[in-house]
Amino acid sequence: MLQPDSPPERPGVAADPAPDGAHLAVEPEAVSVASQWKLMWWRFRRHRLAMAGLIVTALFYFVAVFADFLAPYGSGTFESEHTYAPPQTLRIVDTSGDGWDWGLYVHGYRAERDPETLELRYAVDEATRIPVRLFAEGETYRLFGLFETDIHLFGTADPDAPPVHLLGADRLGRDQLSRIIHGTRISMSVGLIGVSVAFVLGILLGGVSGYVGGKTDTVIQRVVEFFMSLPTLPLWLGLAAAVPRDWGPLTRYFAITVVLSFVAWTGLAREVRGRFLSLREEDFVTAAKLDGVGRPGVIFRHMLPSFTSHLIATLTLSIPAMILAETALSFLGLGLQAPVVSWGVLLQEAQQIRVISTAPWLLLPGLAVVTAVLALNFLGDGLRDAADPYRR
Amino acid sequence: MTSHVRATPTIADAHVPESDLLVIDELATHFHTDEGVVKAVDGVSLTVPHGKTVCVVGESGCGKSVTARSVLGLVDPPGRIESGHIWWRPSPPTEPLDLAALDPRAAAMRRVRGGQIGMVFQEPMASLSPMYTIGNQLTQAMRLHLPLSAAEARERAIAQLARVGIPQPEKRFDAYPFQLSGGMCQRAMIAIALACDPGLLIADEPTTALDVTTQARILDLLRELKDQTGMAMIFVTHDLGVVAEIADEVAVMYLGRVVERGSVFDIFDRPQHPYTVALLESMPTAGLSAGGRLNAISGMVPHPGNRPAGCAFHPRCPSMIPGLCDTISPPELTLGDRRSAACHLLDAEVAAPPPPSRVPAAVVAPAVTRAVPAPAAPAPAPSGEPLLSVQGLRMYFPVKKGILGRTVGHVRAVDDVDLEIRQGETVGLVGESGCGKTTLGRCIARALDPTGGRILYRDAEGGPAVDLAQLTSAQLRPYRGQVRVIFQDPFGSLNPRKTLLQLIGEPLTRIRRADTSDSSIQDQVADMLRRVGLRPEYMRRYPHAFSGGERQRVSIARALITRPRLVVADEAVSALDVSVRAQILNLLRDLQDEYRLTYLFISHDLSVVESLCDRVAVMYLGKIVEQAGTRSLFTEPGHPYTAALLSAVPQPDPHRRSQGARIRLADDLPDPADPPPGCPFHTRCPHRDSSICAVDVPQPRRLGAGHLAACHYAGDLVLK
Repeated sequence: MLQPDSPPERPGVAADPAPDGAHLAVEPEAVSVASQWKLMWWRFRRHRLAMAGLIVTALFYFVAVFADFLAPYGSGTFESEHTYAPPQTLRIVDTSGDGWDWGLYVHGYRAERDPETLELRYAVDEATRIPVRLFAEGETYRLFGLFETDIHLFGTADPDAPPVHLLGADRLGRDQLSRIIHGTRISMSVGLIGVSVAFVLGILLGGVSGYVGGKTDTVIQRVVEFFMSLPTLPLWLGLAAAVPRDWGPLTRYFAITVVLSFVAWTGLAREVRGRFLSLREEDFVTAAKLDGVGRPGVIFRHMLPSFTSHLIATLTLSIPAMILAETALSFLGLGLQAPVVSWGVLLQEAQQIRVISTAPWLLLPGLAVVTAVLALNFLGDGLRDAADPYRR
Repeated sequence: MTSHVRATPTIADAHVPESDLLVIDELATHFHTDEGVVKAVDGVSLTVPHGKTVCVVGESGCGKSVTARSVLGLVDPPGRIESGHIWWRPSPPTEPLDLAALDPRAAAMRRVRGGQIGMVFQEPMASLSPMYTIGNQLTQAMRLHLPLSAAEARERAIAQLARVGIPQPEKRFDAYPFQLSGGMCQRAMIAIALACDPGLLIADEPTTALDVTTQARILDLLRELKDQTGMAMIFVTHDLGVVAEIADEVAVMYLGRVVERGSVFDIFDRPQHPYTVALLESMPTAGLSAGGRLNAISGMVPHPGNRPAGCAFHPRCPSMIPGLCDTISPPELTLGDRRSAACHLLDAEVAAPPPPSRVPAAVVAPAVTRAVPAPAAPAPAPSGEPLLSVQGLRMYFPVKKGILGRTVGHVRAVDDVDLEIRQGETVGLVGESGCGKTTLGRCIARALDPTGGRILYRDAEGGPAVDLAQLTSAQLRPYRGQVRVIFQDPFGSLNPRKTLLQLIGEPLTRIRRADTSDSSIQDQVADMLRRVGLRPEYMRRYPHAFSGGERQRVSIARALITRPRLVVADEAVSALDVSVRAQILNLLRDLQDEYRLTYLFISHDLSVVESLCDRVAVMYLGKIVEQAGTRSLFTEPGHPYTAALLSAVPQPDPHRRSQGARIRLADDLPDPADPPPGCPFHTRCPHRDSSICAVDVPQPRRLGAGHLAACHYAGDLVLK
């Protein structure tokens, strides 16, 4: 570092620092003004890993939104003859005839049952060719619940042909790829409401606690400590039992996350309180008070914006936590349950070593979880760095 | 670091005479940042003779600290020594060692660092580890370089602590840094730096963070230690007063180069380089309150990344020669023994105007104004009724202990203060840190709710005075625009998330609800920015795009946008560089005339107060111990504390260094939660008389017109 009192020019400052206005020796160049968000974006773009995180996260949410279109089959569609069918390779060049030709196709399966173990074995049947095409017709669905259509991104050219499994099939012969795509929608969204409830509560209570101080602070802090001491897993078990049986599995899970978010705000509230306690002593807060700004104005227009960066990071980092929680709980059978499809529910299939050894592709939802969580973490990191105006 | 790649020179260089301990030769330290190469140090040559103190002086950003750190290989990445030599010759018969060629992590460098060269930093609290005791850190420094047993080291460390003037060294040996005051910590730091009897001590702004009284004692200590041990010192500072106090030789740095070198008397009596001249001129001097102005250097130090072509100082130089100074970099001209300067004006071959005298041609005009007060500037006309009258003001902060937060005592930050401020005058409020001057200022602005007392404020319309201390925040609203505050820290007091327009316009919408249409606010903000010397086009930019001085201008604009009558300037220029400080002081003075402002000027810097204020109040431990007109306070102080403060101020004149006995106060301010009985100052007073001073609280005594001093012997003591 240079001397602390002469920091090097920061990136993103629109123009060179102005010469002292009263004694302009040199006319400065035309001054361009960039908004706060523009500056943030400029800095964010320089962070490679965060950019990658942003792109991957955007892809995941794109998949979540267009799941029905992207998945070749519905989440419950099964083909009983394809139990534990291995992934098929999508072929682009057709060499079966004379010379070679373009064309998307997969080879069919040839199933054999082992006479001794009665195990079903699949071999690629080079002879059968199942042509595949883009924008194929398949099952009908409603895009965004509005437009009824039967067009999928890809599918067998002949709607009556046996299904293709690019990522294999599961115990009941359901297409793994389709189920992962459908699971994306649930996994990436079901906890968002819970996260936002916890977020709002945390900022509100933490802010009041830190700014007002005194008795209010003491009461809120004791409440925080009480909630922090509640064991989450038994609470979850209890709630899972308490939610009415006649609710659908998704509604039940949703209800539980919302209830849990009333417990989960504590960590953020503590952080926000700490920030407020230190910010309260800052000169610019006193200055705002002397400018006649009222209490809500000081809290929400002067103090809160100065740690937006921190809040954004907390928010982005709490989404992966939510994804992981969903996965873990569903895996244990406490969270979502079939027929709802989520990554955790899919992983439930892979609970036994025997299953994994015969059908390792059942672990692929785990890869989706890892990718999504990593991408969100990088994104949060990059946002935090970019949002800090005093970052060196 | 590239330095170790170069061949280590083994032959003694002809440039290192035996009398010199350290010779820096064309040192260049550059920082390779994403935005390009920053040449923080760009060709510095400097010699440190045995047993002498060399002061490196200049504004911030001139490369002083980086030069000092380069000597010990302490430059952090991305900085590194590009070229040049640092010849180190601790004892004359040995061959000099090139420190610049050593790997900063090499054993040889570590032997030099701490063992042969010690270093003291600016922030004593920050440079001591909070997790270890003073003794622990001191013995560690010793045992790294000397073969000592733990017991020997302890014994030696205690002796060392005693040597740097720490009372009860056995007890302090086991103290943690946070248990000591700032001055004590700096003493401990010096003890550590001198633990192995180094030949050279590098002190990087060692007194900048300290109070003026503590600074004086630390300077005394350094001088004594230098005389005792015969060590040499490199003393980095921006304060010319300190330079005059301690230097034997001076090197003036500007933008990574030494522009002038010479003995301290040469520099102060016969400065040759325009930058040196300008620095000396911008020192605040007494008597500006009559309407004079400081000779500020125009502009500010440019960032080393965009160094001007030719002479780096030419854009700010009053005697710039077009076509020469802005194209050709001036060579260093030798002007005598150990004296040189880098300026074209001194070059005999350049047929040019004569070298600048103490007052260069271009700055003569303001200097004249100083001699003859401009008639346009109305002399402060103190009317009969004070604008603000503080009566018996108290501000106590509770001290809480235990789980239940029981109040066990009070810190009496402001304790029964009476103060009157008349319309149009500038009242200075001085004192050591922790004396309650900032708290008093904040009570007056009602940023705090005082515990007791009255703050009577007289409205512009006449009418009865209002007691601001009793008003609720809603009732205060009309007065918020009339009493405004300028804060000390230009970085902390501006919300980094707001544009200048929002920052300056906010008080308008909040306080004066008259015409708050967007365009009207924009016009007013633009107008205000122009008044404080910033371009109105900047109003949509964020504070981080501005330098400290510019931000302070923004703070001033924000304070003045509501057309206040009283402005509380809380250390408004303390965080600024010398030249920028002079600019801001001039601006404050101009605005006072323009808007008929009354200032309460809170500062620990007595020279600034002397130059700006009409009257001065001295605070000690929450009480005002003396108040008087500036002239009489500075010439005939009535309170021993004032006398001690005045005697501690470094005088920017090396000839006055050894004159007269100085009053030196003990470092420690008593705990304001438990003030001593009787006169609060009696624990540190050189004139105390235990019979009265420790028992009775002295009441203010009148010593002359408007001169009050709270001392039992006020008027009887001969103080100056």
